[in-house]
Amino acid sequence: MDIQLKRGLLDVCVLTAIKNEDSYGYKIIKDMKPYIEISESTLYTILKRLELSGMLTVHSSEHNGRLRKYYHITKAGLARIEDFKNEWSEVVSIYQFVIKEDAKNE
Amino acid sequence: MNKQEFIANLQAKLCGLPKQEVEERLNFYSEIIDDRMEDGLSEEEVVLELGSLDVIAEQIIADIPLTKIAKERIKPKRCLKAWEIILLALGSPIWLSLAVATFAVILSLYAALWSVIVSLWAVFGSLIACAVVGVAESIIFICQGNALSGVAMFGAGIVCAGLDIFLFFGCKSATKGTLLLTKRMALVIKKCFVKKEEA
Repeated sequence: MDIQLKRGLLDVCVLTAIKNEDSYGYKIIKDMKPYIEISESTLYTILKRLELSGMLTVHSSEHNGRLRKYYHITKAGLARIEDFKNEWSEVVSIYQFVIKEDAKNE
Repeated sequence: MNKQEFIANLQAKLCGLPKQEVEERLNFYSEIIDDRMEDGLSEEEVVLELGSLDVIAEQIIADIPLTKIAKERIKPKRCLKAWEIILLALGSPIWLSLAVATFAVILSLYAALWSVIVSLWAVFGSLIACAVVGVAESIIFICQGNALSGVAMFGAGIVCAGLDIFLFFGCKSATKGTLLLTKRMALVIKKCFVKKEEA
């Protein structure tokens, strides 16, 4: 897949994984696994990027005697998901056009 | 390999990168290993699942911007002694000019590479012009009643257009290749920084 496109999609994926409740690294990967598999270092890069652009905040919380980092979505992050949903209907209609025109050739 | 060995080995491979950045990433991995173990996997299994250390380290190095790495490297690890500063200053006509010259040579090689690409595209552009002018000229010749010259001109125009189509693919892959080379070069330079620290 096109790198730029994939990057944007993964951003929205991760934001969605923390949308309903704050989550942590391992759980995000686990929740996304049925849909798309990403490596730990990819997730780290995405989380860092989203944090720097103000789409999520990070806080540490104790769990079983150690600290675990939890990620919390911000208003900007929620807005990003909404934007994606709106943009996506455009992408779907382009996809349908591509499929329809392609079928005519066969 | 257990968790501690994994973290230690990864740290060794990332030696020379910005300290804070490395620490954050190691903490991230450490947390994920702990979480996976809580999920019922054994320590060895978890580490095995994370994949090859070399691949992970390479990804991390590619991820961190070159400017950040260079900044970290330029920061001296300790305060320089007075005699070291004097020696550095006295030697600067030699080492500074050598460093500048090395940098200039690399830069000029890179610029030369791009100028080849630019000239390829220039040939591509001029062939388009030849094709258009050739066809236009042939029409003028034919209108003037000079049919033979007209047909020859038309043929030349079409040949230009045909060559141009081939050249387009060549130009495209040359440009792509150069961009890929740039990316590889950046990775090699970054790795040099990391290796130096290890030595």
